[in-house]
Amino acid sequence: MSEIDARHPIDFDSPRFTIKKPAVRHDQQGDAPDAERAQRAIGAFMRDMTRSAATYMESCIHCGHCAEACHFYVTSGDPQFTPIWKLEPFKQAYQREAGPFGWLYRKFNLKKNVTAEELRRWQELLYDSCTMCGRCTLACPMGIDIAGLVGQARHGMFAAGLVPHELHAVAERAAREGSPLGATPKVLKERIEWLADEHEVDIALDRPRADIIVTLSSIEIMKYPASLVALAKILNRMGASWTIRSDGYEATNFGLFSGNLDWQREMSLRVIRAAIACGAKTLVLPECGHAYGAMRWQGANMYGKPLPFEVLHISEFLAAAARAGRLKLKPMQGSVTFHDPCQVSRRGGATSAPREILNSLGADLKEMPPAGDANWCCGGGGGVVTLHRADEHRHRAFEIKMRQVEASGAERLATSCSNCRLTFDDGQAHYKWDRKMESLLELVAEHLAPA
Amino acid sequence: MPLLEFARGPALAFSAVVFVLGLAWRLYGIFARPARIDLSQARRADSAAGGMRAIFAKMLPPKGVKVRGAQMVNAYAYHIALALIAFAFAPHIAFIARHLGLGWTPLPDAVTYVATAVAIVGLITALVVRLTDGVLRLLSNFDDYFSWFVTMAPLLTGMALIERPYFPAPAVAPALPTTPELLAIHLLSLELLLLWLPFGKLAHAALVFVSRWRTGADFTRKGAAI
Repeated sequence: MSEIDARHPIDFDSPRFTIKKPAVRHDQQGDAPDAERAQRAIGAFMRDMTRSAATYMESCIHCGHCAEACHFYVTSGDPQFTPIWKLEPFKQAYQREAGPFGWLYRKFNLKKNVTAEELRRWQELLYDSCTMCGRCTLACPMGIDIAGLVGQARHGMFAAGLVPHELHAVAERAAREGSPLGATPKVLKERIEWLADEHEVDIALDRPRADIIVTLSSIEIMKYPASLVALAKILNRMGASWTIRSDGYEATNFGLFSGNLDWQREMSLRVIRAAIACGAKTLVLPECGHAYGAMRWQGANMYGKPLPFEVLHISEFLAAAARAGRLKLKPMQGSVTFHDPCQVSRRGGATSAPREILNSLGADLKEMPPAGDANWCCGGGGGVVTLHRADEHRHRAFEIKMRQVEASGAERLATSCSNCRLTFDDGQAHYKWDRKMESLLELVAEHLAPA
Repeated sequence: MPLLEFARGPALAFSAVVFVLGLAWRLYGIFARPARIDLSQARRADSAAGGMRAIFAKMLPPKGVKVRGAQMVNAYAYHIALALIAFAFAPHIAFIARHLGLGWTPLPDAVTYVATAVAIVGLITALVVRLTDGVLRLLSNFDDYFSWFVTMAPLLTGMALIERPYFPAPAVAPALPTTPELLAIHLLSLELLLLWLPFGKLAHAALVFVSRWRTGADFTRKGAAI
């Protein structure tokens, strides 16, 4: 186990892994004066002001439909959790500084300058009560990508030094150590040795050349190591040329969550460089929702050119292998419901992959109402699960998930995101709920057909 | 200058110019921003078609996502009613024909009268909901209320003009309407609408196509849900 950062020790004993609850919160970073913080926030927000973002900034008709799609609003009834309201200071800044009629707004002071105090109040709305799940985008009759804009607003908040304590701590640790949860290369090697020995499975590490580079989530390494074993068993059974690389294994990207583009780029580049170094044709992302968005859809943009390899979520990889006959499975018993990770399904476009796998398993799939693209978020994405002060919001939002699962009537639950799993584990413990979220990857490994 | 002459002349010309240039400037403000070049490998190649699909798909609530149903039905009702009033009422078609040279067959006056009632009731309902619903009250600002006012004003001033059937449409505007002041006020209220439209939320009449297309194209490229 790596040394635990004394400043921000991680709580490995609770169902949800994050830093221990801070006795004193430090929800702002640095000592810049307020005026400078506000200026930095707006500057960073405006730097990302593309044609798409400007279109969205101009288009809200204040209809409130997005509120009904948000688990944090629906379960609290608090209007401030209306998704588009979470962007209000940034809308205000856009109209004043960059909108087509900005000169009019400034001349007559029709929109006031955004203040650091305002941004401090909005920290809870942008971080604690938004998982960037994008359900609001689906509901918006104007098609405004509110979740994308929240990500952009977080860039502004980071520049202003206004990131919540826990999220900044884990993101900073990820930038410094390569993992938000202390899964350093040394820890990874130790874990792999232990798992390989314990489960008598060959886990490929640091092979100089491989067709497939497999990446992991720190949550899997530290909390769900059986996922690594499952992965190795499947890939070995397929006879694949694969490796995990200790110079680029961490697929989670807390640079993205916290709003630090430099960290996001650096975290993505570690993995990209490792994939190139081993000549991988395919990069497989782990059971992690936001890792998919960060690498599949933003990785090339961080790299500055198209990636010289294919990027697949593990569910897409397994579905393709099953389709091609490279992965042979035996039927599973009982019914199962699938929880769609928002960044893989709704926002990632890979909604059909897990269903294809479950079909290959001959599973009796009982969908939650609603499922697939319209599925409700678990409430822990976007870094929300790391924040102690967001627990109340998150637990309330989780009630929707419990109702959905119960309504499905399924005996087992599965997902393909370790962060969702973590959130389910925490929700299960909080509500003393007698259901357990399982990993789709581990389900597949359990049902490999005899060689 | 008599009020009607002012409304038909310089006021109309000025408001039309502000409407066209203002809307063009607002759209230019968007399109002048840098476009993001997405270097990720597209899942689908039909992003332009996806943009078009989104324009139509977003007319209906998404499957599996609950929206404010009654509010949506009301919005549909008064949007359709407003379109009928603006483009299917004989005097309005004649007005458009005189200024733009485009004409088409009007619907009977009774259709407009019913549409006007629907629009007025719908707009009042929308305002009441906006004032009483916590979410809408929080989101609302001057733009929402002023946009409501400039939409409602031409309806009310138009109602005041109705004194005789207009079907079929007169080929030319009457030289001296029986109530020139009321007609002038009606025209001025329309001109106020034209003056405000480019600057506030009423510009969604144009932005709806841009915004939906943008999301439809970007999300289709990823294969993501629209």
